[in-house]
Amino acid sequence: MKTQKISLLSKVLLLLVSALFAGSLFVPMWRIELEAPQYPEGLVLQLFANKIGGDVDIINGLNHYIGMATLHTENFPEFKILPVVFGVFALVSLLLVFINKRKGVKIFLITYAVFILLAAADFYRWNYEYGHNLNPDAAIKVPGMAYQPPLLGYKQLLNFGAYSIPDTGGWLMTGAAILLLFIVVKEYNLFQKK
Amino acid sequence: MKNKFVKAIVAIAMGSALFISCKPKNSGDAVSGDAAQKAYVAPGKYDEFYNFVSGGFSGQMSVYGLPSGRLFRVIPVFSVDPEKGYGYNEETKPMLNTSHGFVPWDDLHHTEMSQTNGEVDGRWVFGNANNTPRIARIDLKTFTTKEIIELPNSAGNHSSPFITENTEYVVAGTRFSVPPDNSNGDVPINTYKQNFKGHLSFVKVGKEGQMDIAFQIQCPGVNFDLSHAGKGKSHGWFFFSCYNTEQANTLLEVNASQKDKDFIMAVNWKKAEEYIKAGKGKLTPTKYAHNVYNESTHTATSEIKTKVLILDSKELKDICYMIPCPKSPHGCDVDPTGEYIVGSGKLAALIPVFSFDKLISAIKNKQFEGEYDGIPVIKYEAALHGEVQKPGLGPLHTEFDGKGNAYTTFFVSSEVVKWDIKSLKVLDRVPTYYSVGHLCIPGGDSKKPFGKYLIAYNKITKDRYLPTGPELAQSAQIFDISGDKMQLILDFPTIGEPHYAQAAPADLIRNNGQLKFYKLEDNKHPFVTKGEKETKVVRNGKRIDVYMTCIRSHFSPDNIEGIKMGDEVYFHITNLEQDWDVPHGFAIKGSSNAELLIMPGETATLKWNPDRLGMFPFYCTDFCSALHQEMQGYIRVSPTGSSVPITYSLGTNLPAPTQK
Repeated sequence: MKTQKISLLSKVLLLLVSALFAGSLFVPMWRIELEAPQYPEGLVLQLFANKIGGDVDIINGLNHYIGMATLHTENFPEFKILPVVFGVFALVSLLLVFINKRKGVKIFLITYAVFILLAAADFYRWNYEYGHNLNPDAAIKVPGMAYQPPLLGYKQLLNFGAYSIPDTGGWLMTGAAILLLFIVVKEYNLFQKK
Repeated sequence: MKNKFVKAIVAIAMGSALFISCKPKNSGDAVSGDAAQKAYVAPGKYDEFYNFVSGGFSGQMSVYGLPSGRLFRVIPVFSVDPEKGYGYNEETKPMLNTSHGFVPWDDLHHTEMSQTNGEVDGRWVFGNANNTPRIARIDLKTFTTKEIIELPNSAGNHSSPFITENTEYVVAGTRFSVPPDNSNGDVPINTYKQNFKGHLSFVKVGKEGQMDIAFQIQCPGVNFDLSHAGKGKSHGWFFFSCYNTEQANTLLEVNASQKDKDFIMAVNWKKAEEYIKAGKGKLTPTKYAHNVYNESTHTATSEIKTKVLILDSKELKDICYMIPCPKSPHGCDVDPTGEYIVGSGKLAALIPVFSFDKLISAIKNKQFEGEYDGIPVIKYEAALHGEVQKPGLGPLHTEFDGKGNAYTTFFVSSEVVKWDIKSLKVLDRVPTYYSVGHLCIPGGDSKKPFGKYLIAYNKITKDRYLPTGPELAQSAQIFDISGDKMQLILDFPTIGEPHYAQAAPADLIRNNGQLKFYKLEDNKHPFVTKGEKETKVVRNGKRIDVYMTCIRSHFSPDNIEGIKMGDEVYFHITNLEQDWDVPHGFAIKGSSNAELLIMPGETATLKWNPDRLGMFPFYCTDFCSALHQEMQGYIRVSPTGSSVPITYSLGTNLPAPTQK
């Protein structure tokens, strides 16, 4: 039973994971950068845990040409749920230090992985929704054209190039995932050859 | 015989060839190989300097890039500008108000940038109105005119708008002496000597740039021409050139050119401040306008002021001193150290350079040669550092490179001459094409010049460009002065007539907090419309107020009915855009007014009196988007007494009744 407890290093790392979750409450998680000849300085849409930031008004103004619905924080229930989820994740990471069981960390890592998959699916669903649900009275109609931004990476949408990439918060959460994975691997002695 | 004849022909031919080859090379030869490279700023790259050039009789100020000579903007200052609606829309009409009422035009001669510790600071640039005397302040965050103050007791504000080293004061000196405003001006013109006075105005500049006439100094009736502030050790003094000390009132070209020497007047303004504290100023009735543009209401207001504080130079002996200066001095320039004052007699064949230290000691030791209308005249030699001998003919203006060199323009001999301030030796000369007036070195009249380029502003261009009928372009020429020899690298035509200009490093202005658009939430215009839901058309007797908005790519409302003949319609249009570089324009058919050009977040008002019944289209004039050509609307005008109700709409014909 002794081996089920976790090492001091892992506890310190769990504290760090907790801090990473807490930190990602305050910085943007994801960003969609848009570039066009008319916007050499670029436009950016930033997704925080609790709101949409960046050049939302300008992007909303532009989207009316293609009939895309305007983006408003209040239309997404996610922005109410996500801060709670991140807060809980931060607390759980902290509690795991005191629970002091490697199984706990494993379960948490799996939960977190499931959450990330769900979040990605949800993000894709919204992207699809906004990219396809276009006003039929729109001024610019290109047959067969949808304006769904990429889940990750680059895509050309008419005159705009769109880059969808993690922002600061996204990298913090990636860090949290890597640390959790490291703890699990270490505590289950997966480094040692059997 | 035949042989002699051939010999003679050959001799004549060779003689002619020799003669022709002696003729000065034409201007094309003055450009050397790498000139293009030095003036070339690649597409998409920025210039090194902003150049603020007076527009002369256009009344405006133009902004060029150096060294490319590219024109970026013409800032409307003293003349109406239908392109921008300046002086046409209701908001800016008060900017051009004066004690004479609305004045739509003026003549802007000189620009001067604000300074801190004697260095250009990139906050504001000032301009003078030469005809109806005024000073304007242009804000360099928005490149718009923010304030204009009229100058009483003055006519022909020429020696302006020069400033002190911390922008404590911007000054003005009257070119025409005239009977003071509070005296009877209805006197015979030939009573000039008794009745005409020259006034110097010291306009205080506040922290936010706000201008207020602190005091005027009443001086003898002469023509004040140009001026510059002392700096460093001479801070606290101002120097004005004056001509027509003969006090002629007719045929000045002869009668004001009689005396061998006129004056540079040294003014101890710190002393003047002391006298004011001691209560020596007289509050005198007059009338002048003070116009201020408020950025939050997007509206200018004009206030007529009725009193000005006057100090008498005759009575208060130790404010003003006259320094004799040869032949109707024009330019009056102070070197970066503040020690040397260069006077330029426009008919002289030498340049006198005065020393501030010597001036002070001459005053201390009372080395006077007499008085001019009550003002002490210092002995010429007592204040003189030395004369630049045989520099050229007709010196006008001098700027400095901060490396101990001065550069003086010569109108008559059409050249720029470089000379050493201390040794007074001529070092180099270059021709200009043709007849140069002012010159500009970035920061060239401040403590810290950027001595890389020199720009000459020429009055005559003749064969320099493709001809355009009787009126030809005026021009600027850029010289590289980084080496020992001045090198012509580019010339370019300018708007209006360029007189003085100033230039500053691009980064100083580019990074001063440039405004990209006005925040809609901060818009306090009394007729602002902050969203399409708030748009409306309100009738109040014959007055109609249209609260309209514009955003890519429509006006709201765009169908308006119920306007009647005899109505006075005010379109108050708010640009709802909140992004950089998205202005909208507004024009209506048959309007005797100009267009509106509305910046994002701004509200502007066009007054319109419909002149006939029928349908009046309006549209956006600034290509704003892919659907700019769709950005339009209609206004229906019905007869007086018609029963058509006021209706307005966007995107629907309701509630307007549809008729066949």
